[in-house]
Amino acid sequence: MVQIQSPLPGTFYHKPSPEEAAFKAKGDAVAVGDVIGLIEVMKTFIEIKAEAAGTFAAYTVDNEAPVTAGAVLAELDD
Amino acid sequence: MTLNIVKPGLATSIQDLGRPGYFHLGIPEGGAMDRLALRAANMLVGNPEGAACLEAVFMGPEITFTAEASVAITGGEMPILLDGVTKESWTSFTVKPGQTLSFGFLKSGARIYIAVSGGIATEPALGSRSTYPIGALGGFHGRNIAAGDELPVGTAPLVEEGRSTPAELRRGPGSPTELRVLTGLYWYRLTEASGQNFFNDTWTVAPEADRMGYRFRGGQPMEFVEREQPFGAGADPSNIVDGCYSYGSIQVPGGSEPIVLHRDAVSGGGYFTLGAVISADMDLIGQLQPNTQVKFIKVEMEEALQARAERKAVLEMMRKYIG
Repeated sequence: MVQIQSPLPGTFYHKPSPEEAAFKAKGDAVAVGDVIGLIEVMKTFIEIKAEAAGTFAAYTVDNEAPVTAGAVLAELDD
Repeated sequence: MTLNIVKPGLATSIQDLGRPGYFHLGIPEGGAMDRLALRAANMLVGNPEGAACLEAVFMGPEITFTAEASVAITGGEMPILLDGVTKESWTSFTVKPGQTLSFGFLKSGARIYIAVSGGIATEPALGSRSTYPIGALGGFHGRNIAAGDELPVGTAPLVEEGRSTPAELRRGPGSPTELRVLTGLYWYRLTEASGQNFFNDTWTVAPEADRMGYRFRGGQPMEFVEREQPFGAGADPSNIVDGCYSYGSIQVPGGSEPIVLHRDAVSGGGYFTLGAVISADMDLIGQLQPNTQVKFIKVEMEEALQARAERKAVLEMMRKYIG
């Protein structure tokens, strides 16, 4: 199990825009550098990228939820 | 020597104590959001208190040093790593050529100040090295730092390792953080009940909060005393005929979300300002994370001046202690 943590506080988004599907769904292959979500802070959207490869398991916080730095955003199965 | 930026962090900028004297021309004072933390960092490495440092918000940069230097990092709590080895915050340490400074996840507060002996030696603009990005003024080519930048640093003797600011002189946000407010010229625009709500409600820092202004939400919408809007004011009851904004003033566009103007703020406009956060509490705002809670506390001028004197006394104690 690999955890993807938020590098900074802000609002977490699963989707690139409200009309689109989430970046990843359960069972999707994740490569190093794949974007799994966005953090909004200071009017900027920061892409959250996977630093390890695996199979997407789940988001661990809700879409549009406030998060702190270090919060676990998603989990991958090895 | 230079500081070579491997990763810039989020919006890391060069800041000193700012450029007072141009606000009437629309150029903000700028400078560190937490001025005491910047002064402390400089004291710890033997710099003049107003030397230019790096201000990093929410996440730290990664920096490789090309020469030996004394370094101190103050402000919010963020693990400090030198070639992967943990270092103490608010404490001087020596960095050797080729070593890399990096940071862990922010634990508390919002901004850190990285002081390097000799100070960052970019060209001053209007008397300051502070970065004002939307005016493309100061800093490194008028912008926040980016990967690959090589920031010039002045030369200065090293200081001994382990110079430290006493813990009781450091200040961080509480939960909720209390921000003291003096009501202002346009306070009369709010109904009495609405004015009471502003001070009774708990407000939350909005994710949009930045160096220009800290936005808050979560309190009740404001109600205004009815009037016919004067000539030159917009139609919304939160509009006035254009006026000056002070540093720390609180505007409430549309009566919904108060914004405390901070160091890179605009100097005037057409929103009413209900008052101002007192100068003694402005550093605290610079250490607020998004989604944290705040209460505004009503004070009178006497208390505001007393608080200012207390902050000055803390600065004097730091000077005495660190020397």
